[in-house]
Amino acid sequence: MSEWPKIQIVGLSGILITFAGQMTEPANRAALAFRAAVDAAEWPEVRETTTSLVSTYLEVDLAAVPPETLQDRINALLVAQDWYSAPLPSGRRLWHVPTVYGTDLAPQLEEAATLAGKDPDTAIRELSQARVRVLAIGFAPGQPFMGELDESWHIPRQANLTGAVPPGSLVTAIRQLIIFTNQSPTGWRHIGQTAFRNFRPADDPPFALNPGDELTFPAISRADYDKIIASNDSGNGGADVEVLA
Amino acid sequence: MSAELTILQAGPSFSIQDMGRPGYRSRGMTIGGGADRTALHEGAALLGQSPDQAALEMAVSGGQFTANQPVRIALTGAVMAARIGDEPIAWNASHLLPAGAVLTIGGASCGNYGYLHLGGGIDTPAIMGAKSCHFAAGIGRAVQSGDILALGTDDGANGIGNCLPAPERLQAGRVRFVSSMQTDAFSDETFARFTGTQFRRDARANRMGVRLDSDAGGLFAENQLGLVSEVVVPGDIQVAGDGCPFVLMYECQTTGGYPRIGTVIPCDIPIVAQLAARSELRFEHISRDDAVAAQTRHQAELNGLPGQVAPLLRDPATIRDLLGYQLISGAVSAHENPYQTQED
Repeated sequence: MSEWPKIQIVGLSGILITFAGQMTEPANRAALAFRAAVDAAEWPEVRETTTSLVSTYLEVDLAAVPPETLQDRINALLVAQDWYSAPLPSGRRLWHVPTVYGTDLAPQLEEAATLAGKDPDTAIRELSQARVRVLAIGFAPGQPFMGELDESWHIPRQANLTGAVPPGSLVTAIRQLIIFTNQSPTGWRHIGQTAFRNFRPADDPPFALNPGDELTFPAISRADYDKIIASNDSGNGGADVEVLA
Repeated sequence: MSAELTILQAGPSFSIQDMGRPGYRSRGMTIGGGADRTALHEGAALLGQSPDQAALEMAVSGGQFTANQPVRIALTGAVMAARIGDEPIAWNASHLLPAGAVLTIGGASCGNYGYLHLGGGIDTPAIMGAKSCHFAAGIGRAVQSGDILALGTDDGANGIGNCLPAPERLQAGRVRFVSSMQTDAFSDETFARFTGTQFRRDARANRMGVRLDSDAGGLFAENQLGLVSEVVVPGDIQVAGDGCPFVLMYECQTTGGYPRIGTVIPCDIPIVAQLAARSELRFEHISRDDAVAAQTRHQAELNGLPGQVAPLLRDPATIRDLLGYQLISGAVSAHENPYQTQED
């Protein structure tokens, strides 16, 4: 019998169901689909649910609810279907987010390209054509972890953190991309700059992206970027969006 | 005319706080809210109102305040010297701030986060269901000098001139923790060293997390680099690349790739929040059953706080304007005078 999925207790805060020991597309799919099923089940003990890359998390007050009371229901749901081949959530959207690669706005494009074994022009061409999926939202409000880029982009995080990248930064490591929500230090390399805002507290809903959404990052010039910035009231940063079936 | 509190002088890190914003974890935002939740409960008990009312959180430094009409206040959390006009007032107690009088609160002498609670609560507009500032998420901002905060309608329950016993959590010196997802990633030797070490609070601490330091050497997990980024919860004791424990607070990130050696139980999180710079702390490992018992006991204590509220007794030797009080004539009503004197 496989050791996955694995059920673990998280302090007194909840229960984590992990579908793999590392990021894989089927495990990410399983985490998203299993969360949707838990939400649909409306178990009264579950206060909140979320997913990380390969796990579904159920927030439960374990001081009031012993984990054993949920164990049977979780097990029954886990064997109810093959979660690794479950369909992705419905209502997903495809975003095309204009991006300036390199320049002083995104100074680590060349470094990242070198690590990926490419010249900068090739890197920009690949990155502007790649279509990635939101694997998880986390770390900061609305902040997407997107992937996966092809194997050549399996570049490590930096040993020393970059002091601060600005909101809207496109950064990369380990075959994934992130758009940063807020100014933040990071170990990921800053390869592009967007005017996209993940989190818009005054809007309803305040979060732009959902897990399962897909994105591309077409290259634009610095002049086009400046134009977008000048009229970026929505926070969409000039992005086009279409609904996926 | 509705009641307003004017911030005449703000400390560097004042913010409006409440019990936070649950429900946004899947969108990348942790609950946030008051660093010392127990203090929010204490202030609510003193004023006879809901612990969900927003209060002013004052990190390390106090400030000066005035109100446009008489306002009931309560002071809890980190101990700070306070006075109304020239008159010193007690901490862990409720008072009347007369219209136009100046409330002055000094720096923390014990603990980090002091709270100024107001009758009716602070009534600023809610953002995404709560009034609290979430610095890490960029919701709200620090309260600054010159800000005027609207206050809610105060039903006056519990009156004024009440106090609670001084809490023990400001100098507890130890916190209890349970094993969590990645505890097994640490060797028995490392785990024993962790629980056997007296740590000091590093200068690096805020509403996101508190770093601890020691001379006992780094705590390194096996397979430290192989972990997938995973759910983080408040209380998690994360060990970053420097080998030092970092206890995550309510404003922490939602996910993280560093291993966690355990999780501080929720009722002890205020102890970590209130640990003053360079103060010492030990981590005591307890079983899940003991943790559940401790948490249940804590909840009972919170529920019992209103019953602990007692009239503030004043030592006549410390009353500077003693001669101003009519102690003999009987004109002073013990019910109306917040500074009730000890009766024979």
